[in-house]
Amino acid sequence: MLDVKKVTKIFNPRTVNEKIALHNVSLKLEKGDFLTLIGGNGSGKSTLLNCIAGVYPVDNGSIIIDGKDVTNLNEYKRATVLGRVFQDPVMGTASNMGIEENLALALRRGQRRGLSWGISNKEREEYRELLTTLGLGLENRLGIKVGMLSGGQRQALTLLMATIKKPKLLLLDEHAAALDPKTAQKVLKLSDRIIKENNLTTLMVTHNMRDAIRHGNRLMMMYEGQIILDIRGKEKQKLTVEDLLVRFGAVSGEEFAEDSTLLS
Amino acid sequence: MLQILMGALSLGLLWAIITIGVYITYRILAIADLTVEGSIVMGAAIAAFAITNGINAYLAILLAFLGGLGAGLITGLLHTKLKIPSLLAGILTMIALYSINLRIMGRANISLLRVDTAYTVFENMGLNHMSSVIVLGLIFVGSVTGILYWFFGTEIGCAIRATGDNPQMARAQGINTNTTIILGLMISNGLVAIGGALIAQSQSFADVQMGIGSIVIGLASVIIGEVLFGKRNFYVRLLSLAMGAITYRIIIAVVLRLGMPANDLKLFTAITVAVALSLPVFRSYLVPIKKSFKRGE
Repeated sequence: MLDVKKVTKIFNPRTVNEKIALHNVSLKLEKGDFLTLIGGNGSGKSTLLNCIAGVYPVDNGSIIIDGKDVTNLNEYKRATVLGRVFQDPVMGTASNMGIEENLALALRRGQRRGLSWGISNKEREEYRELLTTLGLGLENRLGIKVGMLSGGQRQALTLLMATIKKPKLLLLDEHAAALDPKTAQKVLKLSDRIIKENNLTTLMVTHNMRDAIRHGNRLMMMYEGQIILDIRGKEKQKLTVEDLLVRFGAVSGEEFAEDSTLLS
Repeated sequence: MLQILMGALSLGLLWAIITIGVYITYRILAIADLTVEGSIVMGAAIAAFAITNGINAYLAILLAFLGGLGAGLITGLLHTKLKIPSLLAGILTMIALYSINLRIMGRANISLLRVDTAYTVFENMGLNHMSSVIVLGLIFVGSVTGILYWFFGTEIGCAIRATGDNPQMARAQGINTNTTIILGLMISNGLVAIGGALIAQSQSFADVQMGIGSIVIGLASVIIGEVLFGKRNFYVRLLSLAMGAITYRIIIAVVLRLGMPANDLKLFTAITVAVALSLPVFRSYLVPIKKSFKRGE
């Protein structure tokens, strides 16, 4: 479903600030795979996700989604087959537009937008049903501006928007990191449920080891722009935080503990 | 006094169309588009040139609209394709339009005194000039408001609104934000050019200098409308723009009446807009406690 082939991304090339964010990274996801991608600050995990989404062009390599080479496609064109949830709850929705208007924008992803109404009455019923599944009471507040919602509510709504068109690939960029722990767990649980129900191929970036272990069927760890661990199947199911720390030390030759964000 | 109010109403209605144009870029797209200063003159220039060459006044307004669309297109392309910051892109088009407008008119000023204008139809029905301007102004403001209310509810209209609100989100939803920005700038400047064409005909001349300060007047009208008439929903907002433009004209008429020299008008307008735009800053000094309450801290 996703095939990343030897992707290299260099920020500020040929300057003193040159940084090789991704170095010959390759990864392959089969349909229905749920990969959690973990790494410290600056390890390249978010850069990789943004390269897949088309936010940054890559310097080398190619990205193939569902058999189609999207390496040179614009961000908005790739959006047709992607669903994305961002770290910042504000990023995924339009604050000054209503809940239903945001959902309607998402429902038209990948379609030609014409001069028919931006939202139909028939859709409204669908939205009401969809929102009911969130259990947040949003189904009775379809017209309310998204800016009035809490961070957790906005992330839940963004998740609905990202998955409403059954994307070929769902990209979650630390989407629970900005929320309080309780809300974060709720949002992660919701993500799990939606991914399972729709059998979505998913790539979730996180810096939380427990979350990375608890969710998904595959786990990869990044370090200095490269994938240094690829754990799947039974091995993934049995994985513990301690295992992960030991294996990180063995591969990188460094103590993991220095990066406190990873231990949260 | 009634005469002054009627004068302010007639001029305000024509400026309402320009105000709606400014609103589209400033509020919906979140761009301060200085192209306006050139496209208002362009509308006047095209209409004046066309009318003095025997073209029907309404057809002339249509041509002015097309010219405005073109001006918006240029700014849009400079901004989106060539990555020039929007403010600078608008300034470049504005400056270029100064020469282009002179070329269209052939000279700095065209008189429209002895030709049939868009208002002539109403004057022939027995209305005086000012009433004719008010009637036609109402027709234009009403139709523009109605059309835009419909348009910004359509799929494309929603995409333009989303682009101004959150471009990152818009792209993630498959919206080509370059296209929506260009489209918004075109519609905005098209409307401004219509306003320019109508103003030139009402004052019976087109002048290459008539655009100076128009962006500030437009912004002042937008802000006055929002402050006085609220922004509950989109329909109210559109109507508040017209009300803001008219109120601005009444304020100007009153301060002139009170003895302010006409030469100080632009200074007065600039100060008004500066104060209105800085209100949130003052407010944050005055009510920090109330705000923190709201956030639930």
